[in-house]
Amino acid sequence: MIDYEHYLRVEKFPLIWCPGCGHGIVLKAILRAVDRIGLEKDGVAMVSGIGCASRAPGYVDFNTLHTTHGRAITFATGVKMARPDLTVIVATGDGDATAIGGNHFIHAARRNIDMTVVLFNNWIYGMTGGQASPTTPFGCHATTAPYGNPESSFDISGLAVAAGASYVARGTVTQPTKLDRFIEQGIRKRGFALIEAFTPCPTAFGRQNGMARSTDLLQWMKANTITVKQAEKMDRADLDGKLVTGVVADVEKPEYAQQYATLVERLRAEGGQDAPAPARRPISAADLLVEGGVS
Amino acid sequence: MVLDVKTRTKPVTGTVRVMTGNEACAEAAVAAGLGFFAGYPITPSSEIAEGLARTLPRSGGTFLQMEDEIGAMGAVIGASLAGAKAMTATSGPGFSLKQENIGYACMAEVPCVVVNVQRGGPSTGLPTLPAQGDVMQARWGTHGDHQIIVLVPRGVRETYDLTVRAFNLAEALRTPVILLLDEIVGHVSEKVVLPAEIEVVERERPDASARKYLPYEETDSDVPPMASFGEGRRFHVTGLAHDETGFPTNDSRKIERLLLRLDRKIRRYAAQIVQVDESLDEGATVGVFAYGSTARSAARAVRLARAEGIKVDFLAPLTLWPFATPQVAAMGTRVRHIVVPEMNLGQMAHEVEWAVGREAAVHSLTRVDGEPIRPSQVLERIREVARR
Repeated sequence: MIDYEHYLRVEKFPLIWCPGCGHGIVLKAILRAVDRIGLEKDGVAMVSGIGCASRAPGYVDFNTLHTTHGRAITFATGVKMARPDLTVIVATGDGDATAIGGNHFIHAARRNIDMTVVLFNNWIYGMTGGQASPTTPFGCHATTAPYGNPESSFDISGLAVAAGASYVARGTVTQPTKLDRFIEQGIRKRGFALIEAFTPCPTAFGRQNGMARSTDLLQWMKANTITVKQAEKMDRADLDGKLVTGVVADVEKPEYAQQYATLVERLRAEGGQDAPAPARRPISAADLLVEGGVS
Repeated sequence: MVLDVKTRTKPVTGTVRVMTGNEACAEAAVAAGLGFFAGYPITPSSEIAEGLARTLPRSGGTFLQMEDEIGAMGAVIGASLAGAKAMTATSGPGFSLKQENIGYACMAEVPCVVVNVQRGGPSTGLPTLPAQGDVMQARWGTHGDHQIIVLVPRGVRETYDLTVRAFNLAEALRTPVILLLDEIVGHVSEKVVLPAEIEVVERERPDASARKYLPYEETDSDVPPMASFGEGRRFHVTGLAHDETGFPTNDSRKIERLLLRLDRKIRRYAAQIVQVDESLDEGATVGVFAYGSTARSAARAVRLARAEGIKVDFLAPLTLWPFATPQVAAMGTRVRHIVVPEMNLGQMAHEVEWAVGREAAVHSLTRVDGEPIRPSQVLERIREVARR
């Protein structure tokens, strides 16, 4: 049995998330996955962008990095390349990862850099008060779609597969034990892994769409959740509005950080032709910082 | 133009080399201990990325071409937090894109070096032609009050030295440092003698136990010691206003303490950060203030003016921000007129006016047509104001 408090900064409670929000369930699934693999807390870096989901790192006792809107994956890329031994987990939302951060999302998948992106998909911008996101379903209401969303929504997992991710799975907070297994597999996979987690936002999404109570939203989610296998037997048209869960992709392919390390090894073995570097004389910061300000 | 490293015969440190400013920047960065570079192709800075793509993996560092300018800046910050000396290079449009994350590096106190090889703007502007239109963007490009260090070399050897210095200041002060080249400095090929030895600063590490570590501790120096991710101190980093623990706060007293410390951290060391090259002329009535490649034209104009018997003081800042207010103010008390040539519409001339007050008249000499300011232009202006 997992001791959640071992991984949590309980002194930072209560959580910023609203009553009825599903984000805590996703966060617990991440912790169960980390616990089952047996990762040391020092060896995990959790990176996030901006939004409700991106507040997750503040509550976990890892190396945690809360960055700018949409850019979590880029900061995570720098962390991973500077410290390839770290397990890098990105906590992000549908708007953070696929609107403002869409370019980084697809390129990290293409690069197949070893990180696990847990995308909290609640179909809405929650923190800013309920604006339409790239995953808000067609016709659903949002503060910026007051007459119903006229846009089509993203198939995020399909996007990740097409871009080249090694591992892609969809889960839902209504099936939390499946969700933690997907996250575990994603972390174990050497390469870019995406776990899309459907999570209810009664405050910003539910209230605008006739499901103000979290239980209404959860029941709507459960009623529409089907498996990848079930979906394969269905007509495409009937899949509209369904939450298709399961492993979407699981392939072996070269991972970027490892490829780069191999390149460094090869070049070192060959020996360089660079100009010899000058001798380095270490001086302390204090030597550089003699006080005396401009008036 | 890129020199092919392979065609050179045994380049030796301390001996004569022929290289461009961009090449000097890339080589100096590695010498200073660069561990991570992320960039995106953009004229006229691309040779820095191209040089590091060749050399950085050979020294065990990481070169990464990112999907865009914003991503490159993000990756640099992430790598620095994981312990690497980190740098990116760009030009005006890319520099604009990086600004939000530069502000993050200021707020979260993440050392890094951002090279901007200036070209003509605004917008796509003049990709292959020189300008100095980003001097105010370098100072105020990101939102909110913040201090920033901006270094501005005049030539190839100075680019080498100031690249090393940029890393030293970034690491010593836990802050982003902007290295502001212009297209001429980046692309000019010069004969240089590289240093046999350089001074290198490593960031101060915490010696407190893991339990006690405060990533944003208020220390005597105003620069908190910096741990790296994965070393056993599991700290939190955010761009939100935060307290000494690194976690967000809405406590107005703590917010003010943080923002005032970040301001003070640079300001109190300004005299040490600011470097100028001065050439004084006893009894001068005219002063010239010039920076970057324009300082080269201005230096020649000053020599020619002196040969004509006009007494001229010359001041070239190597640090553009913090501004060399004491030195410029002192010039204002010595001379009656200060000529400020620059490849923009007078951005630094205003700062010079601010520094000298009513002590001297400031004469802005501007050029924004993609052509360098020529010595003859500066000389003509010196002659003109000397007659007044």
